[in-house]
Amino acid sequence: MGDVLSHRSAARIGLLVRRVAQLRGSGTALPGLVVERLDPGFLAAALADLPEGVVVITGTNGKTTTTKMVVELLRASGLKVFSNRSGSNFTRGIIAGMLGELDGRARLNADIAVLELDEAHAIQFVREAPPRYSLLLNITRDQLDRFGEVDYTARLLEKVALATTAGVALNRDDPLVRRIADALPAAVECRYFGSGGSVKHLFPDDRHLYGTRPDLSPEKDSPGHAADVILSELSGKSATYSFGDEAQPAIELGMDGVHNALNGAAALSVVRMVLGDMAASDVLLAALGLVGPAFGRGESIDVDGSPLEIVLVKNPSGFRLALRSYAESDAATMIAINDRYADGRDTSWLWDVDFEGLSNVEVVSGTRADDMALRLHYDNIEVAHVEDSLSVALDRLLVIEGPKRIYCTYTAMMAIRGILASRFNLAGIQ
Amino acid sequence: MMTNGGGLPLRIVHLYPEQMNIYGDTGNVLTMVRRAQWHGYDPEVVVHHPGAPFPDNVDLLVGGGGQDSGQGLVAADLRALGDHIHDLADAGVAMLMVCGLYQLFGQFFETVTGERMDGIGIFDVATYGGPKRLVGNVRSHTQFGEIFGYENHSGLTMLGEGQRPFGEIEMGSGNNGRDRTEGAIYKNVYGTYLHGSVLPKNPRFADALLETAAVRRHGTFTRAPIDDQLAERARSRARQLGV
Repeated sequence: MGDVLSHRSAARIGLLVRRVAQLRGSGTALPGLVVERLDPGFLAAALADLPEGVVVITGTNGKTTTTKMVVELLRASGLKVFSNRSGSNFTRGIIAGMLGELDGRARLNADIAVLELDEAHAIQFVREAPPRYSLLLNITRDQLDRFGEVDYTARLLEKVALATTAGVALNRDDPLVRRIADALPAAVECRYFGSGGSVKHLFPDDRHLYGTRPDLSPEKDSPGHAADVILSELSGKSATYSFGDEAQPAIELGMDGVHNALNGAAALSVVRMVLGDMAASDVLLAALGLVGPAFGRGESIDVDGSPLEIVLVKNPSGFRLALRSYAESDAATMIAINDRYADGRDTSWLWDVDFEGLSNVEVVSGTRADDMALRLHYDNIEVAHVEDSLSVALDRLLVIEGPKRIYCTYTAMMAIRGILASRFNLAGIQ
Repeated sequence: MMTNGGGLPLRIVHLYPEQMNIYGDTGNVLTMVRRAQWHGYDPEVVVHHPGAPFPDNVDLLVGGGGQDSGQGLVAADLRALGDHIHDLADAGVAMLMVCGLYQLFGQFFETVTGERMDGIGIFDVATYGGPKRLVGNVRSHTQFGEIFGYENHSGLTMLGEGQRPFGEIEMGSGNNGRDRTEGAIYKNVYGTYLHGSVLPKNPRFADALLETAAVRRHGTFTRAPIDDQLAERARSRARQLGV
């Protein structure tokens, strides 16, 4: 194997498997798995000749939303972009997604590939196909039963950066990410994004939570880390970014949340690096404003005339940022915590989220509803109902009038979307 | 740090919160604070960072688990405080050490490659790096009844002869996955692998720590009725969980 003919045959077989799998309604990654087994060099070969190479996006929080932004910014700039769908993080999932997008020589028919990879899968991927650019978002505690420790995650991200051939965009506000720059060879360009001005204090990292620690202001803490893109002001959805020292006109973002505004800075930073002189600031900013929330990341569904927001929470820093982002808009609230593998089986992390100030909690649900209720009890927060069944819990929430919001872990989110989709004919559900 | 005024003071010292915090360890401190308040006391939380002077008048000492990188810094500071912590332990001060600090309250931790990190020897236990992580829900039987939590550690801890375990494993791995022991006790010092966090879901254990602290400081412990229905619900839920 390894020549063009074999890549082509593998692709044909993959397409065949896909057709059969679709008929049977079974797994979407199966065709990719088959191709990978038949032709281990398939992925590298398909990506090898992309004119603008591959961009890998990884980190703990914000991968899906940021990937969506990067894709839209590049498309607005005229590039043909391939991207993997959220959740297809394994190399086999990426291959499965490529099958319909190949040319006659089994090469991906695109200018550039933008791939969201979770930390562990990113390592396997970059070994096979070194990216031209990588964007490293943040490192926080997430699913410790899978990754063990934050330090381990930091090492994974460093390996991604070291495999990158042209340029790496790093979060200057995250000390663990910023530090990765020290390991990079001089030939690889390094750019930073971050927050500044009045926005700075809105981003606590895990370390700021505990005890007293002086504020890590970028000026004091990181001389020589001049950022390429800074989120300098944020008021509601109105965000101001600076490129270098140049403040750009404020734009209206398509989604709420300080974390999403920072994801915007991350996306702008890597796209400006990819495009170089071709980057048109007004085009990029206009495109950023048009990006809506990604699947389950703060999307809003209309239920009988009032908004229902679904907010995915999967680790302490994500949950804290979400609570902070939505603190000012009151809504009847449901929290659904599951403890399946994809959620993280250890619910200890709930104790690292500060819930004080949260009100109007109508119902908590999920396989660990009781742990969540107990957690809120220790922050002296009243919970109207504790209901294990997501379906019954949704009933409780949906009878409330006015805006509603659900914070949920991954598998709870999937189940809730399923229930909502079957009950209502919701156009808003993708 | 927090006070509700009027109550008798209790001083809770949180060890190395920046380095040792990855398994919801702040939940244990929060539980001590809230339950002390609910019982009518006026708790104060003081944090101890490596290199800083150790706080005095400690009523309760709480510490957790952390990253490898934090461990060296913490171990060095802890060894410098070793004699003082031994004095406090011998004087009956209540302490809860979870996971990483439980290991460092033992004799030593030896990695798979044979490197040894000395602990302070409050417990006669030795920990050896194991080939795989012991991960999952745990139920252990202790003097405070059933204790529920979650474990995630690669270290295998062996008890020295005469060292009392904290509990007997009913489900899960515990100290080493072999002898069915979980944790260790020395006077009022408790070491355990359980997080979850361990105290919120095990209120009898939490109140026992508070009682020890209050009796030492004030001569008696006055209990107020606390509504633990939610803890009971979480416990009965935990009883149904598999590993």
